[in-house]
Amino acid sequence: MKRRDFIRISSASGAVLAGSGLTTNWFSLYADPIPDPGTDGDRIVPSFCELCFWKCGILAHVRDGRVTKIQGNPKDPLSGGHLCPRGTGGTGLLYDPDRLKRPLVRRGARGSQSFEEVSWDDALNEIAENFERIKSRWGAGALALFSHGYGGNWMKHLFKAYGSSNIAAPSYAQCRGPREVGFDLTFGSGVFSPEPTDMPNSRCIVLIGSHLGENMHNTQVQDFAAAIRNGADIITVDPRYSVAASKSRYWLPIRPGTDIALLLAWMHVLLAEGLYDRDYIEQHAYGLDQLKDHVKPYTPEWAYPRTGLEPDLIRRTAHVMAGARPATLIHPGRHVTWYGNDTQRSRAIAILNALVGSWGRRGGFYIPVQLDLPKYPYPGYHEHAEQVVDRPSPSDYPLADELLTQGVCEASIPGVRDRPNLKGWMVYGSNLLTSLPNPEQTRRAIQELEFLVTVDVLPAEIVGWSDVVLPEATYLERCDELLNPAYRQPYVAVRQEVVPPMYDSKPGWWIAKELATRLGLTDFFPWHDSMEYAKTRLHEAGYDCDVLRRDGVILGERRPIYFEEGAPAEFYTDSGKIELYSPRLAALGFDPIPTWHADEVEQPPAGFYRLLFGRAPVHTFGRTTNNRLLSEVYSENAVWVNATVAKKWGLADGERVYLKNQDGVQSTFSAPVKVTERIHPEAVYMVHGYGHTAKGLRFVQGKGIDDNELVTRYKVDPLMGGTGMNVNFVTFVRATDIAQAEGAAAGQEVEA
Amino acid sequence: MSRIRKRYGMAVDTRTCVGCSACVIACKTENGVADGFCRDWITTSTTGAFPDLTMTIQSERCHHCEDAPCVGVCPTGASHYGPGGTVLVNQTKCTGCKACIAACPYGARFVDPRTGAVDKCTFCVHRTERGGATTACQDVCPTESIVFGDLNDPTSAIAQLIAKRERYTLLPEAGTRPKLFYLT
Repeated sequence: MKRRDFIRISSASGAVLAGSGLTTNWFSLYADPIPDPGTDGDRIVPSFCELCFWKCGILAHVRDGRVTKIQGNPKDPLSGGHLCPRGTGGTGLLYDPDRLKRPLVRRGARGSQSFEEVSWDDALNEIAENFERIKSRWGAGALALFSHGYGGNWMKHLFKAYGSSNIAAPSYAQCRGPREVGFDLTFGSGVFSPEPTDMPNSRCIVLIGSHLGENMHNTQVQDFAAAIRNGADIITVDPRYSVAASKSRYWLPIRPGTDIALLLAWMHVLLAEGLYDRDYIEQHAYGLDQLKDHVKPYTPEWAYPRTGLEPDLIRRTAHVMAGARPATLIHPGRHVTWYGNDTQRSRAIAILNALVGSWGRRGGFYIPVQLDLPKYPYPGYHEHAEQVVDRPSPSDYPLADELLTQGVCEASIPGVRDRPNLKGWMVYGSNLLTSLPNPEQTRRAIQELEFLVTVDVLPAEIVGWSDVVLPEATYLERCDELLNPAYRQPYVAVRQEVVPPMYDSKPGWWIAKELATRLGLTDFFPWHDSMEYAKTRLHEAGYDCDVLRRDGVILGERRPIYFEEGAPAEFYTDSGKIELYSPRLAALGFDPIPTWHADEVEQPPAGFYRLLFGRAPVHTFGRTTNNRLLSEVYSENAVWVNATVAKKWGLADGERVYLKNQDGVQSTFSAPVKVTERIHPEAVYMVHGYGHTAKGLRFVQGKGIDDNELVTRYKVDPLMGGTGMNVNFVTFVRATDIAQAEGAAAGQEVEA
Repeated sequence: MSRIRKRYGMAVDTRTCVGCSACVIACKTENGVADGFCRDWITTSTTGAFPDLTMTIQSERCHHCEDAPCVGVCPTGASHYGPGGTVLVNQTKCTGCKACIAACPYGARFVDPRTGAVDKCTFCVHRTERGGATTACQDVCPTESIVFGDLNDPTSAIAQLIAKRERYTLLPEAGTRPKLFYLT
């Protein structure tokens, strides 16, 4: 029987049984009916995801105008037809009842979360007036844009056209920045996203604090699983027995903060025993002799008291790495802003990769390739004097190659910098109060601003502090910039409108274009809509937009991605070689080779534990924690406490605690304790993204603890300004004690 | 041509499963499962003491047992064996008496509050019986840890995995002859 016949039968029996209940209709050739939930779309629209920033290709099923389910697009190189839970749960964002629905203008004090609904015209005019006032008085450079997410490209274009290059994202100084700089210093190229790790071909993978499987970047996890299937040896370094650790041949439960000691000891073993890739190093690297001398004292025995890892284990794992080279991948990680020495740690990881010869090699790092897709023929941006606003002076954090978010905050507070302050912010999809360390400083900066406009989908905390709030359409309701990533295979992907924007929300491109019109920048937005923009770019490159819209992706021809296939072995460092020793760092007065500084990492005071945080596989920070569908799996974070520590404190599994940090800051809400053997006794661990205070997030508000409010301290990486955030220590305050104290206080009031 | 009866089963590879719950969310959206309920779920068990630990992650659901107690106890015949030996519930016959919920050793059944009838994993028969497609949980799985198929077809991926790999089933002592296999 053909499928079409089958469907015909099913619709006939459906008619008979219509009204038998909810969405269930029936089709069957069996005695008992087979339930058909009826979620297949009458339309299936390809696009790409935005539940995180990996951008997997999806197929959205639309039935009677409603998105019923989201599947992976099998043609898409990133998803390969599979999705992570977040992308699968995208409908939970689209149909979140708490979405921003109409433009808002603040009516109460900043932070009071008190707004009035206004028309788009009124909101856009108010923004334009404020921008023009700030520009005429202070210059366009007094405006800054914070942007995270693909729709932010339109806002970036708007800012550049307006004359401000003050564009920052927490994804740099609070996330992957040190990694990019550390690898760039070594190989002459950053890692970027998606990371060019060739895990399906790896024979050994080393994860340093990288919790793949809980951190659910789809392709990476697919590749990680392929490596397990292929029998790769996995070595995981983590103070927590992560999911990845449970898949590993070796788990190294390191003392938090001592990774550089381990990395140096591994280098020592490879060099002292002559196990490194001599040919590769001879051909491509600079500074072997200096490195050899440098790591001589860093024996596994030296590393043992620092890391808590047995010398034999350090040696054995070094041998495993050497035995599998060059198909040994020491993974660069992604969120790497931990201790303020993170660029040097990333450099140590890069150097270790060089010693096993993995950069540019099968099973290590491939050399990514990209489609040639010309930019849209805009008029050139107006020349404007570049100002360094984010740092005290241009010589500070000399290797920063993106704007530092915390520096933009500081530059908005009078008296912190000896130059005119930033006066206005636009914040696109970036909840600064939970993503920048020391939220008190962020609030102070906001209070000093003349104007703050937020473009978002949900009423996150930052929305409550804004003067104007613009409700953006979700990724399923808008067309964005074309995706043309550097990857294993060149391709272009399209994000297109699956269903029309709900409520009075508008796509980012429309918002940017409307603002541009009001700011006299129509020349920079000559297209009618974003699809016409995409069509123009595609046409220029010789691709058919209709084919792209039908398939979601257009693949380019494969090209060599390994040195052994003919990919160019070029290193864009000063020496043109892999720099094991960095003359550039030496010239800047930094360690030219990563070095252990015992005083760099502070140990927890008595009764306190290092606060570590990470991810749950169903969530992307706080962006998804209000998603009711995803929250059916994970709805509140817990405080992981080592079983021995819990016993000492008399803490029971599930008991609620508040956390208080070394500066006396106590969490706003409580969370249950998870008593576990899976965490180092010196640390506690939490999933980031909870403890929301925003009233509008009606589902998640008040659930769990916000780790970020306890990150009152951060240690700035002197090389590039990344904010090391794993430098805070917390202790426990029982929720029952708080309740008793509050009860007593209430009793006194009654008596008074 | 005589054909051997189909015998649907599922294998879950515990070596590669990371417990991400994509299978749970995909099942919910594919099958329009009631809010607050799920037909499949993840369990994690850790043994040992820091730092000598092992952990097993399992994607669980109905085991579509060959001797299914839920079918035996059902007073109305709502619980029955469907195509390929899948264990299904005919919602029009189900009175919501919950005898099957008590009988199921795996906790795989629940009452759908919208209908009052019992709901559970169907091995996505509405997909698989249309040919070609597999279950929603296998389809989505980023680690390709889930394999559904016909155990009686020696050329099927599942039959080959079952033949080749070490495996276990849950609660074999319950004597239900489950068809959900965990590969180690």
